[in-house]
Formats: sequence, C-alpha cells, structure tokens
Amino acid sequence: MSLDPAYLEYPKRRRGMDHDYYPYSNFFERKPLQWPDAKKLLVWPVISLEYFPMVPSDDPFRAPGHMQTAYPDYRHYTAREYGTRIGIYRLLGAFEKVGARISVAINSVIAERYPELIRDIVAGGHEIIAHSTDMNGTIASGMDVAEERILIIRSLDALEKATGTRPRGWLSIARSQSFHTARLLVEAGVDYMCDWVNDELPYAFQTEAGPITNLPLNHELSDRQIINVQQQSVDSYTQQMTDAANWLIGEAETSGGRMMPMHLTPYIMGLPYRIAAFERLIADFAERPDIGFSRGDTIIDNWDAQQ
Amino acid sequence: MSNAQKADPGLYDYLPYRNRPAIEWPDGKTCAVWVAPNLEFYELDPAVNPHRKSWAKPHPDVVGYAHRDHANRVSHWRMAEMMTKHGFPGSVSLSVALCDHIPEVVEDARQRGWEFFSHGIYNTRYSYGMDEAQERAIIEDSIATVERATGQRIRGWLAPALTHTPRTLDLIAEYGLDYTCDLYHDDQPTDVKVKSGNLTAIPYSLEVNDHYGFFIYNMSPREYADTLIRQYDRLADDGEQSGTVMCIPLHSYLIGQPHRIGAFESVLEHIAADGRAWITRAGDIVDRFREQIA
Repeated sequence: MSLDPAYLEYPKRRRGMDHDYYPYSNFFERKPLQWPDAKKLLVWPVISLEYFPMVPSDDPFRAPGHMQTAYPDYRHYTAREYGTRIGIYRLLGAFEKVGARISVAINSVIAERYPELIRDIVAGGHEIIAHSTDMNGTIASGMDVAEERILIIRSLDALEKATGTRPRGWLSIARSQSFHTARLLVEAGVDYMCDWVNDELPYAFQTEAGPITNLPLNHELSDRQIINVQQQSVDSYTQQMTDAANWLIGEAETSGGRMMPMHLTPYIMGLPYRIAAFERLIADFAERPDIGFSRGDTIIDNWDAQQ
Repeated sequence: MSNAQKADPGLYDYLPYRNRPAIEWPDGKTCAVWVAPNLEFYELDPAVNPHRKSWAKPHPDVVGYAHRDHANRVSHWRMAEMMTKHGFPGSVSLSVALCDHIPEVVEDARQRGWEFFSHGIYNTRYSYGMDEAQERAIIEDSIATVERATGQRIRGWLAPALTHTPRTLDLIAEYGLDYTCDLYHDDQPTDVKVKSGNLTAIPYSLEVNDHYGFFIYNMSPREYADTLIRQYDRLADDGEQSGTVMCIPLHSYLIGQPHRIGAFESVLEHIAADGRAWITRAGDIVDRFREQIA
C-alpha cells in the first residue's frame, strides 16, 4: 500500500499563507485602534434572522437548525418561527433598553414575509446585513457559479427593496463559502463579509475582482456554539461573554481598541427562561464606561479611517 | 504482519500501578508537568488522502480553516505570553511546514526556550496509506526542516492528526527519536518495544486535551480549568509514591480564545504555586526517566 506520490508534494509550501486572499498578520503587532468616545471594547451584536422552508434543501448542504423529521416537521418549523415572532422582539428589546444599535443578518425572504418586523428593525437604527435568501440558500464548492451569483444578488436586491438601503455586509449561512463567494460579493458591491473567523478585528481580503473587508464574526462566541452545540446554560454563556469582555479590555490597555462579536439566534436566546440573564448581561455591559455597542458597518468605517 | 500480531502489537510490558519502582523527579517534585502547544498549519485545499477526509466540508471549509488560522494570527501570542508569564515552557507539537509558512510563530517559540517535536508536515496530511519510503520521507523532512528553522534536532513525534501506520514507532526509533506522544496507557513514562534504538512513551493526553475538553466533553472554560486542576492535584498526590507526568496539550485557537484564556490562567497559577510540580519540557522528562531505569 502506498499513496499517490503527489500526496508528498507541497506546491504551496512557502513563506506566508497557502492562498492569496490575505497575508499573514500578527494581531499584536498592528497599529493600535482608537474607538470613538475612548471605548476600549466594542461589542458587535449580530442577530441572525432566519426563515426555514418546511421542505429543506441539502444542496449543497442542509443549514444548521433546519428540518429534521419526515414531512411535515411542524416542531422545527414552528420552533424556528418562534424566533421570528417572539424571540427577535425580546432581543431587540434588550438592546433598545440600553440604546444600543446593532446588526441584524437577515434572510431576504423575511423582508418579503414580515415587512412589519423589518420596519421595526430599521426604525430602531439597526444595520441590516444580507444573510442569503432563506435557510435553503446555503453556499459551498460544487455549487454552480451563476446560481451563487443569483443567490447573492437576489438577497441584496430584496433587502434593498424592503428598506431603501442596500446592505453593505454579508453573512453566509453557517459562514460557508465556495472559492467564488468573496469575488462574487465584491462584484455585487458588498463592502464586507463576516464569514472568516481567523481574526478579532477587520482585515483586507483580496479577490480577483478587488478587495473586500472581512469582519470576523467569531462562531465560538455565539449562542449556537455555547448553548446548542456545547450544551451550556445561559448563565454559563453570560459568564463566558463577561470573561471574554474583561480579557479583551485588559488587552486594550496596551494594544488598542478591541472588538467582541456576539452572534445571537432568536429561537435560542429569545426564550423566556434565557432572556432575563441575557438582558442582565447587556445591562451590565451598558453600564461600563469602557464598553460600547456597535453596528458592523460602524466598526468597519472606524477601522478603515485608521488604516 | 500476522493477524495475531495486529491484534496485539506488543507495544510495551504490562506494569501494574501498585508497587511500582519509585521514579524520582528533581528536587523532590512529585509530578512532572509539561505543556504541549500544538503549533499547526492546516491547508485550505489539501491533497486528498483516500483513508481520511481533511475537512468536514467541501474545500474551502471556511470555518474549519479560519478557526485554526486564528492560532497563528491571534491566539498563539496570547497563549505563549501567558505561559511565559507563569514560567511554563512549551514542548511544541509542530506541523513542520509552519517553519516555511509562518516562521514568526516558530521563532517566537524558539526564543521562549521551547522544545520542538514533529506533528507531521501539515495537520491536513495523514500517514494512513503511506508506504515505508513515504513515511521515511516525512520523518526526514521533519528532522531537516526543524533543524534548519530552529537549530534543534527533534526528539519526539506526535503523529499528524494522530494518523499512524504499524511502522511508525519502529521508524522514529530508528531515526534516533527518543519519545512518542501517541500512546495513552499510563501516567508515567514507559519503554516502548521497537525493532531498534530506544523509544519512550511520554504521557501526552487526549482526556485533558483542550480539544476534548471543549468539543468532546463540551466543557465551559471554567469547567475545563477545574478539570486540569483536579488532574494535577491527583497526579501530584500519586507522585508521592512514584513520580507521575501530567501533560497539558493545547491548541491556541481553542485555549487562546478571549472567553477561555482568563480561566486557563488560574490553572497555571495553581500548578506554579503548589510546589510539587516539576515544570519542564518533554525531553527533560524522558532523560530523567531513562537515567533511573538504565
């Protein structure tokens, strides 16, 4: 038994990365950032607002949280809808109580199905990030490029039509991209994407069509990861987010402004038995003078102005 | 290799935990503690091994790749600084291609006085299916690459992504490597039966590996810290009879996340303050063990 000799050849073994999307960069050797109002830490909440068709698609893969039983999967369909009816309003309420403006990553069919909700989000001063069309709109290699381009444009167009503003940011479902996604986003006029979780500040990402900024939405600091995947309680979640914030504020003392993504799912965090602990976390952060809340586009603009 | 040999490869002799000869660590310490940061490089679009997929998703697996790239950009520096602050050297499980891709990280580890052993070329290239010449090639590549980058001759091996062949242990011993991190049968070093040379199995750990802690056992950062402290306390107690070894195997992209690193600091503080820990490197532990069994 032996392997193809090519398995022991390493054509991309060289100085730097094994691709041309971005160069290596040491997080601790960059010019320190200054955030507005002398904040040391900007918390960037992103609520994912998702619509799961009751007939799931596995092409190219089935989205996390999607249908699981034989048709009709009332339990998962409706439990996800709980998020878009109730959970989202509990989360928005928590942020409105402290005057925070945040980002909401929205499946564009939500704009078509629930225009009242979109109006409330826009009226709250929140940013809308394009988050595909619906939860069957997953992306991965193997997908036809023309189809992927249409998916991206349809999402952006529908959200622009509903709000009057074209989203500047993009979040892929499960942060899953093909080798074409970043280029297609540039071609569609998107300023930033949130999918690459390799950093804790924005950075420039190169494509054949020009640069795009990646604003890393850390999946480890998401309610899905901590509560659903790792099966931790909401109290553990709030402890972990508090520990993270404290650590990052400590780093900011010497290394410049830090950012903490807070990825939220309405049907996970918006449940009655979890939301009170979450509201306390947000209220605690709001009371601390060194912590601010920010939309993604505001972070990008602040970062960009200091490059 | 016959089926009987396959079923029981005879890796080592059985040695009951009760009434073992005393292993003594320097200065009367009872537990040798070593920290094993995995400094790795994963490829975005690696060649395909017919026996194991590199990534769960079609390439590019953006989250899988980017999560691990966080190590070299961000979290290595966080983890390494904390280890140095509390006096813990690293014994590095190294994807040796990191020497080529991101020499900054390797040089940082070298300057901190850390020891390097091989964890394969990339953590996305597996040994499964290799013939002997191919396996020799990755061992020789590992020795040459690390020597060129750091001046150190590697003394140990942790199979790339824990992929072995039945030849691996014999081959690394033949090349003069002193220890393997791939056998999990003991809390003390063990002689491994190899065709030539000498090979010691040093206790590494999957059970208290941060990957297991966070993704197999789904621990919170504070639960994982408490686990490490309990592991240490028991091994330091047991070591009163005969010295034990505790390894803390780490991946900075896990332990160096902002919600985890603070809790981890309490572990290093606890072990450093306890007074019974010989805080050292893998090669030192193997040397001291061999002096006593010779």
